[in-house]
Amino acid sequence: MAHTFRSRSLLGAAVVLSTIAIGYACTAHQGGAPSLTASDAAQKVYVAPGAKDEFYAFFSGGFNGQVGVYGLPSGRRFKTIPVFSQYPENGYGYTEETKQMLNTSYGFVPWDDSHHTALSQTNGEDDGRWLFINANNTPRIARIDLTRMETEEIIEIPNAAGNHGSPFITENTEYAVASTRFSVPVPNRDVPISEFKKYFKGQISFIKADEPGKMAVAFQLAMPGFDYDLARAGKGPSHDWMFLSSYNTEQANSLLEVNASQNDKDFVAAVNWKTVEACAKAGKGKSAPVEYVHNTIDPFTRTAKSEKLTSVLTVDPKDCAGAVYFMPTPKSPHGADVDPTGEYIVAGGKLATVIPVHSFSKMLKAIEGKQFEGELDGIPVLKYEATLAGEVKNPGLGPLHTEFDGKGYAYTSFFISSEIVKWKLGTWEVVDRVPTYYSVGHLMIPGGGTRKPNAKYVVAMNKITKDRYLPTGPELTQSAQLYDNTGPKMKLILDFPTEGEPHYANAIEASKIIDKQVKFFKLAENKNPMAVRAEKETGVSREGKKVHVRMTAIRSHFAPDNIEGVMVGDTVLFHVTNLEQDWDVPHGFAIMGNQNGELLVMPGETRTLKWVPPHAGVYPMYCTDFCSALHQEMQGYVRVSAPGSNVALTGTLSKGPSAAPKAASADAKQGDAKKQ
Amino acid sequence: MTRTVRWLIVVASLLMSAAYVLPLWRISLIAPQYPEGLGMRIRINDVTGVKENDLESINGLNHYIGMKRIEPDAIPELKVMPLILGALIAAGLGVAALGRRVPFVAWAATLVAACVGGLYDYWKWGYDYGHNLSEDAIIKIPGMSYQPPLIGPKQLLNFTATSWPDSGGVALVVAGLLVAVALVLAFRRPRHLAGGAPPLATS
Repeated sequence: MAHTFRSRSLLGAAVVLSTIAIGYACTAHQGGAPSLTASDAAQKVYVAPGAKDEFYAFFSGGFNGQVGVYGLPSGRRFKTIPVFSQYPENGYGYTEETKQMLNTSYGFVPWDDSHHTALSQTNGEDDGRWLFINANNTPRIARIDLTRMETEEIIEIPNAAGNHGSPFITENTEYAVASTRFSVPVPNRDVPISEFKKYFKGQISFIKADEPGKMAVAFQLAMPGFDYDLARAGKGPSHDWMFLSSYNTEQANSLLEVNASQNDKDFVAAVNWKTVEACAKAGKGKSAPVEYVHNTIDPFTRTAKSEKLTSVLTVDPKDCAGAVYFMPTPKSPHGADVDPTGEYIVAGGKLATVIPVHSFSKMLKAIEGKQFEGELDGIPVLKYEATLAGEVKNPGLGPLHTEFDGKGYAYTSFFISSEIVKWKLGTWEVVDRVPTYYSVGHLMIPGGGTRKPNAKYVVAMNKITKDRYLPTGPELTQSAQLYDNTGPKMKLILDFPTEGEPHYANAIEASKIIDKQVKFFKLAENKNPMAVRAEKETGVSREGKKVHVRMTAIRSHFAPDNIEGVMVGDTVLFHVTNLEQDWDVPHGFAIMGNQNGELLVMPGETRTLKWVPPHAGVYPMYCTDFCSALHQEMQGYVRVSAPGSNVALTGTLSKGPSAAPKAASADAKQGDAKKQ
Repeated sequence: MTRTVRWLIVVASLLMSAAYVLPLWRISLIAPQYPEGLGMRIRINDVTGVKENDLESINGLNHYIGMKRIEPDAIPELKVMPLILGALIAAGLGVAALGRRVPFVAWAATLVAACVGGLYDYWKWGYDYGHNLSEDAIIKIPGMSYQPPLIGPKQLLNFTATSWPDSGGVALVVAGLLVAVALVLAFRRPRHLAGGAPPLATS
């Protein structure tokens, strides 16, 4: 009996110890986050096979220059929308129809770095029409049409460099606002870098954005040569205003990590864009010559056109009283985020120990009462205390960005202390904090930057993942983390890897987009000059050293699929029209040895691939998108002969074995084949 | 014939004219790759897709198994049927105007013949499409034919094909039933007149 008793108590002790150990292990792994069992979390993010996600999420691709389309809450990735970088997967930036989208005043630029997405808005709410995104390196803003999930328009921003504070959308998409990270000489010219203060300006651009195909730099505001960082448009009562953060008010041009971190306070610029607009209209601006481009896709030819523009209207704040004020803000502020009521402007002072919050109504009173501490280049600098609504004390380290839930709370990301902190507007008290893994940059709440957030989820976008995933050599994945925000405390429910480096993202209710999806392009509306609407219209023709192949693709053959009479020295243009008129039937096209991309042709669309065959021989071509049961049969040949050969230029397609006796003569007449 | 019988004939005839606007028959196709389904509507003078490009998609799929393209312009029945139906409707109105049983019976018999003939022709058309396959067919399965069902569901390779009368077809069926009722009424009346005693309940 005694023996049994002892073993029982030993067993009991073992159970207690292991429970503590497991408990400790859990706490250690969750870093103190409120615990949620794995199955609870799994249920919250589980989207059953065949079911659809509740939100579309559009993540900027960072240094891949594109946009990733994901579903929330599952974190599944659906698509990459190519925007600022060539995309060999679908030929974007390679095909004759899309190359011009990447044209700039510097010529063709194959890559960029995209940071901030912004959905179009109506009455301060995301409306699901378009997604805007910036190119950071060669300053541009793109507009992506969300019915086709395709880049439809790109405008270059002149007099800017490092288009980081961009694009920020006003409440009715009147403007996409872009502020320059680098101040540069305006106009850009050969000057000594050391004479920064004399020549360098920080331009803020207002891009008209409410009409497809008609984006335009309406006017620029010539601001002092600081580094402008991020911004948000006002809302409701502050509708007419933009709030933009700046750093390097020291105007350093070297070793900025030290030299731009000296001032105790930098500025949030409050710009009344309605006033600037009125000044521009009243002729108070100056037009100056500068080259930039505007690229658009024609909806019917589906071909990009690049238009060169030659001047821009600039308004100097000195000539436009009441348009711009500076609000001193500690210290090198990053985000300048406006709450859904339009009253509070939250600045994320990267190096600050507090989160300062400005009040819009106090700002108006301070302006009225002329509570200025000075003036800088003709811009009144308001007193810090005069605009300050409050400070969140000791919130964490390295506050960056703030989003809102529309219920009186703000959520701020902390890069250095790797956490998201929830705090209450008005009382400035911290009510919740959750760790991120690791070093969160932006955070995102669906609609979190608008008047109507849908704060069911909070998403963190992390810069460092270290031990969170299977390692992949020196370069590790970036990640997003999804927090359930339906209760009083945020709960981490999902980690998912992201492509490129997402800086910012937007999520929108799927119901606002799902029913507007284009399924295919109508062949009857295809106005591409090289389009054909039936196989009998196909053919091969020569124009000097250029050979045009007007081809069709339909399950499961190309017409023509045997091409002869091409000579070394020719440039061949394959104009491939996909004759399909059904959803999800793209055809691909590739040819051996082509120093170019491939084509991925959507149903009803025409795409053109350039090919310069280097030497004589027979070159296979084939469909690259598994289109049908006979996809593997969807292939053909191009015969390339020596220069000056007398092989006739023909493009043929067999009629099939039962038509064989007639085929020889019929094939010779196929299309508009010409004899050499 | 009584007013009731004559009016029934008029209503049946007019109901038949619904077939000029409403589709007669509908064939639906569902496969794993086509969860949204494809479909054809057979009208008195046309064959159309249920969705915008369904007919084109069906033709595209049919080429794998060597079926002929469905080209409404090449189907003579679609030109003849409107004329036949028109004649039947006109004759029906005529029969009602005359109000005599012999022409009525003759008309009803013609209707039955037209109906049987039409269904047979439709079946034959389906048989031809399903059996008369190209020698160059990409997919040839010995013993397999692809005749769509006349009515109800049928598995054709990866597709479940289902065929039912559409609204116009239903209108024709209802018209046929009305004619049948009229026939019964037309021939019941003389019987009780001959029997002498009036029915218990008459109007």
